[in-house]
Amino acid sequence: MFTLLDLMQPSTIDEAYQLLMAKRNNTVLGGCAFLRLGSSRIGTGIELSKLPLDYIMEQEDYIEIGAMTTFRELETSTVLKQYFNGILPQAVSNIIGVQFRNVVTVGASVFSRYGFSDLITALLTLDTEVELYKGGRMPLAEFLVKKYEKDLLTRVFIKKEQRIASYQNMRNSASDFPLVNVAVSCYQNQWRIVAGATPAPAKIAKRASLLLEKNLAIDDAADLAVEELVFGSNARATAEYRKAICKVLIKRGIEEVLQWR
Amino acid sequence: MEIEVILNHKPVTLTAEKDEFLADVLRRHGLLSIRKGCNTACCGLCTVWLEGKPTLSCNILAIRATGKEIITIEGIAEEADEFANILVAEGAEQCGFCSPGFIMTVIAMKKELENPSEAEIVHYLTGNLCRCTGYMGQLRAVKTYLEVK
Amino acid sequence: MKIVGKGIGKIDGMAIATGKPVYTDDLVMANALVIKLLRSPHAFAKIIAIDITKAEKIPGVACILTYKDVPNVRFTVAGQSYPEPSPYDRLILEKIVRYVGDEVAIIAAVDERAAIKAMKLIKVEYEVYEPVLDFETAKGHASVVHPETDLHCNFDIGMKQQLNVTSSQYLEVGNVEEELKACAVVVEDTNYIQAQAHCMMETYRAFSYLDHAGRLVVVSSTQIPFHVRRKLARSLEIPSSKVRVIKPRIGGGFGGKQTVVMEFFTALVTLKTGKPAKLIYDREETFSCSNSRHAMRLKVRIGADTDGYIRAIDIQGLSDTGAYGEHASTVFMVVGQKTLPLYNKTNAVRFMGDVVYTNKMPGGAFRGYGATQGTFGLEAAINKLADKLNMDPTELRLKNLIKAGESSLISQGKLLGSSTLHQCIEKGKELIGWAEKYPKPVVIGNKVRAVGMAVTMQGSGIANIDTASAEVRLNDDGNYTLLIGSTDMGTGSDTILAQMAAEILETDVEKIIVNASDTDVSPYDPGSYASSTTYVTGMAVVKAAEELRQKIIEKGAAFLEVLATEVEFDGKVVRTLTGEKELSLEKLAERMVLGLGKLQLVGNGTYGSPVSPPPYVAGFAEVEVDTDTGKVSLIDYVAVVDCGTVINPNLARIQVEGGIVQGIGMALYEDVRYGEKGKLHTNNFMQYKIPCRKDIGRIRVVFEESFEPTGPFGAKSVGEVVTNTPAPAIVHAVYNAVGVRINRLPITPEKVFLGLQYKK
Repeated sequence: MFTLLDLMQPSTIDEAYQLLMAKRNNTVLGGCAFLRLGSSRIGTGIELSKLPLDYIMEQEDYIEIGAMTTFRELETSTVLKQYFNGILPQAVSNIIGVQFRNVVTVGASVFSRYGFSDLITALLTLDTEVELYKGGRMPLAEFLVKKYEKDLLTRVFIKKEQRIASYQNMRNSASDFPLVNVAVSCYQNQWRIVAGATPAPAKIAKRASLLLEKNLAIDDAADLAVEELVFGSNARATAEYRKAICKVLIKRGIEEVLQWR
Repeated sequence: MEIEVILNHKPVTLTAEKDEFLADVLRRHGLLSIRKGCNTACCGLCTVWLEGKPTLSCNILAIRATGKEIITIEGIAEEADEFANILVAEGAEQCGFCSPGFIMTVIAMKKELENPSEAEIVHYLTGNLCRCTGYMGQLRAVKTYLEVK
Repeated sequence: MKIVGKGIGKIDGMAIATGKPVYTDDLVMANALVIKLLRSPHAFAKIIAIDITKAEKIPGVACILTYKDVPNVRFTVAGQSYPEPSPYDRLILEKIVRYVGDEVAIIAAVDERAAIKAMKLIKVEYEVYEPVLDFETAKGHASVVHPETDLHCNFDIGMKQQLNVTSSQYLEVGNVEEELKACAVVVEDTNYIQAQAHCMMETYRAFSYLDHAGRLVVVSSTQIPFHVRRKLARSLEIPSSKVRVIKPRIGGGFGGKQTVVMEFFTALVTLKTGKPAKLIYDREETFSCSNSRHAMRLKVRIGADTDGYIRAIDIQGLSDTGAYGEHASTVFMVVGQKTLPLYNKTNAVRFMGDVVYTNKMPGGAFRGYGATQGTFGLEAAINKLADKLNMDPTELRLKNLIKAGESSLISQGKLLGSSTLHQCIEKGKELIGWAEKYPKPVVIGNKVRAVGMAVTMQGSGIANIDTASAEVRLNDDGNYTLLIGSTDMGTGSDTILAQMAAEILETDVEKIIVNASDTDVSPYDPGSYASSTTYVTGMAVVKAAEELRQKIIEKGAAFLEVLATEVEFDGKVVRTLTGEKELSLEKLAERMVLGLGKLQLVGNGTYGSPVSPPPYVAGFAEVEVDTDTGKVSLIDYVAVVDCGTVINPNLARIQVEGGIVQGIGMALYEDVRYGEKGKLHTNNFMQYKIPCRKDIGRIRVVFEESFEPTGPFGAKSVGEVVTNTPAPAIVHAVYNAVGVRINRLPITPEKVFLGLQYKK
């Protein structure tokens, strides 16, 4: 459980950012689900619920999602169900429960770059950009690997294209963290194979994705993908098992995309 | 810190520390139906309606509820009794500790979903853990309740 | 029967379902001190110095207590009748800490914030010892978990303190080794069962205060108020008459609360400060600082002849009781007691082994209490034997299982009073579709479906030990009060005992006031554990109600000026057989408490049974295994139950369903993981996964009622037996599906996957 000395609810994004940068231990309070598990000593907690960041908007070229949008809003969004074979609602639907998803936010999950995240894996297979207040707008893939810098994630943009996408995951208990997750998509014969919870955060298997573009050797692509990705062991599974399952999930993902194409 | 909320249909002022979560504040205010079953936002026992949505009160900072509408089971007594009667007739309340949070979620589900299938019911209620009943009796009660309506 | 056998709702159902303030934390007075406990970060250490000076200065702190402030009297926290077969190996606080989480200091303050602030300022210097963390190398380990010289055992449980052996047991009838040699077929199977956590939704909590007579009152979420009173008196060195323990509505127990987990701390603070004090364990403390199922290793050997008769069973066990031994010897004993009587065509049986101390959280009582572990070990081996004999596993069982009227090698000549286990198996086969689904698995692509099964027995109360009393009183308004000491933890025992009394008194449950679980008021009852409430407390209630009924008839007859044999009583009216004269119950009641009768009518009953009639379950599982990933999905589970007469079908059914899901958790989801230095990692619901709604398939429950002559209305028990079959049945089904035998619970996808790889 964290403690805080002060708590502010800024009404503009700029105000929020200024507060965040004012002191080293000033922290953004998103859904607080994971913050609660630790014992941070926060200076000023910056509570964002007054900012106009809770929305999912269909623009001309993009779907725009505000950082304070909850997972449950993603799950029930008619817009998101229509695109990408509903991969985003599907990806978040198994996380703990409805009430939990009414609390956790897109911004907090993406900014924190959680390894176990189902959402990040699904977002990474799509043409996704994130917008940071200071860092600006950049592809999600770039954000995931850049050096950590204090900032405020404000919006997520997903390019509206007829991308076919499939989400696969392996969990023991249905509401558990995933042992490994996979998202596969294809647009105009451009494939993107993504694996997350390896237990590291989601990454694109670039060479395998390119291989699929050249020829549809599903087994070869899956084999190559797990060679280029890095797997680790933790309490939930060994690296070897993750690798083996990842291969299976990638194959299933590719097959499902082909089915829908 | 003082927080103005609309609690069970009435405007109320709650006192809270800055880092206090809604569940503790509500219990201190006398709403003892709110239970805390875990520290990790996993069990669903503390479920309340925040702006009509089932939410984990253990995981909402009290300040986030400012100006918002909070409903606990004390605030929907008649509706809760209707389902509770069916649950008790089934024998599925058992120790009862998970029941208020469960009932809040069931009634929220009834308002949100239209003619849900069994799979949809199970999906909606997954965040409410129970260790006594094995879930089957609760499902029977929910099905009876939804058919009645 | 009008009321017994009906699925009526619980008398407290509506109140608890709708969140009325009737649990421990709802009843505590507003100004009670809040207690926090400082706990050891080391698995095994000695406190060299403890400095509370800074902590005591925090505003709002009422007291901070360490090992220097507690009586030096060892006791056991076991919820068991005196003399307990448990080592007196505990002090309230001690210089030596024996597991990560063991209590070091008690901090009481006006609120939680102040208590936590003070706790952080306590300075402790430890001398860290090498902990004993692996129960397989505990015996003879260089570190001795309990070196103290004032450890006391009430009688010999085979303890070898210096070897870390808490209890050593040996039970043999016949000569097992010789019999095995003579057997045509012998199988051997070794299995590991994990230290399952109870995960009852209401964590441990209690509060205490001094009442108007200066007595210590403790209100606790406990299953054992009378045992709590006795232990508080001993450990705090105060007379038992100065202690009152009350159990309000509680949110589940499953055996975890059959131990005096934390009432000492609130009691001590109240005695020291004179103030009310409360302590609530959070979920993490509940996981890691209370008790769990005993982890065990069981090596089972079974020998049979060519006709398939089982002639020898040998169970060799090793049990991990953790840092303290409250339920060590008793749980271990049950492993043999509730397995060996099942297959009674044997010529020789043996149960032997050790329980060892380790530097982990103690093992305690958990639904099944050794029978769960024993069932897993035995049934796994029986299924293996069926394979080797090329015999249908159900046929093997039907051939060898005990029947009513028979005895077993360890039954000491007593005959089995009731059993429909054979019918349970037949019924279960029919419902699961055994004939179609065994032995050939169904393969569809990468998914394979198959079935498996297991049987189990338990007890109903502890023979010759569990004794309960009950009292039924006729009130001045014609209503009754039923006074009992048993502890309804959500099971509905208060309700079914009222049903029994109502049946005998021919009245409605609404006319019976149930007053339970208050040591000042209730007749003595060990508490609700060992599946004793329906059977033992039930018989006491039956006797009390019958006695009262007889008194009503006698007094009614006297008022009507006829003999007792000349009247009948239909619950409302005492009437002469000729029908000429009658007296209403209300009038009779009124007269009895006033001048005319001068005797308030009361019925008393005390019951303790020389037998512990076993309930039985035949469990059948159908699983689907994904051969690409090893994931096991449970498709269908059928449990056919013999609990004697079913007193309340709705409540009984839910008991079965709940127990099965706990068994499913043990089989497939609940993994216990420790870090290298002995810290429990699976200490919250994110890491330790009890089954959620999506994790179970279809569950079907059927009762095959037998009639137990020694039980109330023919009833036995149902509370524990229901947890035992899922794990062995599911392991069996997985084996039948893909040929992988899991010997270490829980079954995980990775274990199955590895098994499949190994086969390739």
